Amino acid sequence: MLGRLSWAAFPHEMIVLGGAVSMVGAVALIIAALSYFKLWTWLWREWLTSLDPKRIGVMYGVVGGVMLVRGVIDTALLRTQQALAAGDNPGILTSDHFQQIFTAHGTMMIFFVAMGLMFAIINLILPLQLGARDVAFPFLNSVSFWLFAAGAILVNVSLVIGEFAATGWLAYPPLSGIASSPGVGVDYWLWSLQIAGVGSLLSGINFLVTILRMRAPGMTLKKMPIFAWSVLGSMTLVAFAFPILTATLAMLSLDRLLGMHFFTSEAGGNPMMYINLIWAWGHPEVYILILPAFGIFSEIVATFSRKRLFGYMSMVYAIGAITFLSFIVWLHHFFTMGAGANVNAFFGIMTAVIAVPTGVKVFNWLFTMYRGRIRFATPMLWFMGFVVTFTIGGMTGVLMSVPAIDFQVHNSLFLVAHFHNMIIGGVLFGYFAGFSYWFPKVFGFTLNERLGKYAFWCWIIGFLLAFMPLYILGFMGATRRLDHYDASLGWQGLFIVAGVGVLVILMGIGFQALQIIVSIVQRNKHRDTTGDPWNGRTLEWSTSSPAPAYNFAITPKVESRDPFWEAKQARGKTLPLQHATKEYVDIYLPKNTPLGIYIAVSSFVVGFSVIWHIWWLAVIGFIGVIAFIIIRSFDEDTEIKISAAELKKADAARLALHEAAR
Amino acid sequence: MKDSLRVKRQGYIFGFVGSLILTMLAYLLVSSQSMSMGQLFNPAGLIVGLAIIAVVQLFVQLFFFLHLGQESRPRWNLLGFGFAAIVVIIVVVGSLWIMNNLNYNMMTPQAMDQYMRAQSQKGF
Repeated sequence: MLGRLSWAAFPHEMIVLGGAVSMVGAVALIIAALSYFKLWTWLWREWLTSLDPKRIGVMYGVVGGVMLVRGVIDTALLRTQQALAAGDNPGILTSDHFQQIFTAHGTMMIFFVAMGLMFAIINLILPLQLGARDVAFPFLNSVSFWLFAAGAILVNVSLVIGEFAATGWLAYPPLSGIASSPGVGVDYWLWSLQIAGVGSLLSGINFLVTILRMRAPGMTLKKMPIFAWSVLGSMTLVAFAFPILTATLAMLSLDRLLGMHFFTSEAGGNPMMYINLIWAWGHPEVYILILPAFGIFSEIVATFSRKRLFGYMSMVYAIGAITFLSFIVWLHHFFTMGAGANVNAFFGIMTAVIAVPTGVKVFNWLFTMYRGRIRFATPMLWFMGFVVTFTIGGMTGVLMSVPAIDFQVHNSLFLVAHFHNMIIGGVLFGYFAGFSYWFPKVFGFTLNERLGKYAFWCWIIGFLLAFMPLYILGFMGATRRLDHYDASLGWQGLFIVAGVGVLVILMGIGFQALQIIVSIVQRNKHRDTTGDPWNGRTLEWSTSSPAPAYNFAITPKVESRDPFWEAKQARGKTLPLQHATKEYVDIYLPKNTPLGIYIAVSSFVVGFSVIWHIWWLAVIGFIGVIAFIIIRSFDEDTEIKISAAELKKADAARLALHEAAR
Repeated sequence: MKDSLRVKRQGYIFGFVGSLILTMLAYLLVSSQSMSMGQLFNPAGLIVGLAIIAVVQLFVQLFFFLHLGQESRPRWNLLGFGFAAIVVIIVVVGSLWIMNNLNYNMMTPQAMDQYMRAQSQKGF
């Protein structure tokens, strides 16, 4: 009846039990608080069922933020173990638990933190920047988010029921095959990624179409903000790379469930094919994450230097080049797998070549700053920290693109330091910069600057403390995923420094949490009444903060690359902008619908029951997914009208507020 | 209006039935190999046959479900297909190249000797 599920699936070990109890306790506390304050109806009507991309973006941000905290707590456990476990000291974790934690850490940080925060910012800002009212497919957007959330919940369920994979974040066979990992851990990994991955693929297509078809009148591709260009590149990669992930995960599932032999060593299968395929997705994936961060920095550096972005067209070509080149470098993740010199040399050279367009971008940002009147607000600090850390990471990356050097540092902590350098110092800093830059546009008040700066300094100092020792340790021969080492190696001091670095990063997260709380408390003091707190350049700053559900009362008309900046320069005033129509016209917005949630819940049921081999429940879940899609496609009453008169009234109130502020 | 709806519905049904038939055909081709019917095709022929069925199914779905050829701006479609074709070629050809090259370091000394001779005769 319940397949493999039994009481034995619940945690027994002390430290796992502690984690499970605290997580269940936190969820229970949130549910109790929501019930006590009678917020369920509000939450359901205003947020969970919403199709407004700004609300969906906030929900992506919440999930990403929660998962970030979990991922960093995992890191704290891992680094504590490594700081202690030299010589006779066994440390605090068993080997098996240590392996589960580093697998969960990698999986969550890439799929649920980085991807989540990326889709958060794209949802919040992209339609506004394009002068659009919405994304191309609002309902699909809700489905994508809820599939993403279902995947995230599935990973967390594994903490309480069963176990998580102990195979590393990409679960290479034969270790992840049924013979070596008979438990449910790898299945949890497979199904949470499969469900979230389908959500990401749908999002990618959605934003691709949004950029190509929903731009404001007059906004040709060459007048599009660089952030939109970077999202175009990133979403192209999503649309073409995620199918490879879906197919690879499906084949591994078939191996495990039906005894097929795609990735086994017998019956004609080949585990090396898995490694080849997963990286054919995995390498584009890192550019999927970093490209939007590049776009965010391009917007920030122009705004805070009060100058036009240097080299717009070279930025566009660089994004295009990176988008293409990222598909022909994947072998550099497995130079050591045994390919000959010809193959390794080709992929090594391609990897070195991709540093060229990336370097072009760094120089463009620096030239934008040159002779600008720079304001050192928090987003700009994140940018400057990024330039330093990203350049270090880029140089170590080019170093490793040489196959002969890669053979020395492969799977060492040098590599771990390199990719954290790119993903923390590049991706995460980018999203944090975007968070503090666009926060007022979403919530209507600016964040506390002082606490933001404290958070930045903690993050960058903590980052350097945590990862520079790993470069040294890598050269000393320390491998990744190491839970115990001999005391005579002399590594313990450096591991302790790295552990201290994690604590400093934790302080940074603490300051970020404090910053949000303090800013909410002081929101009336920092309210953004102009809609343009940073003296911005692009369309999103021309509407009120927070932006109304319909984004713009009248669709703007675009004539230049920095339309809002030009309008301000031309008229000496902050508001008037070219409009596509003279008068207010009726607009239609999508109605809220819970069907996205229902589809995701059904998918979750499918995933959970396949993991535990509860076949009857899997069939029910699958029928649910199909049924809800059919129900939605027969629903013809999906829009509400906002009349021109209502719009005119709301817009007059906004203008009056703005005049009063001036 | 009504007419175009009917045309659309016919297209969907045709596409659905076509996809079902093609999928079952692929299954039957493979399963007939393992049953007592004997070897209908040699393995290479089977693989080619499956690939053809897969490509036909791709176009059935493109025409009847995704309405290829009925769009208002075909330029984006062309660009999309072009890029998709490039990515497929990169992944397939790249994978074949990589996977066939992987035994490079597993050669016996004699095979290595032969390989080196062949390389130096070919020149770089």
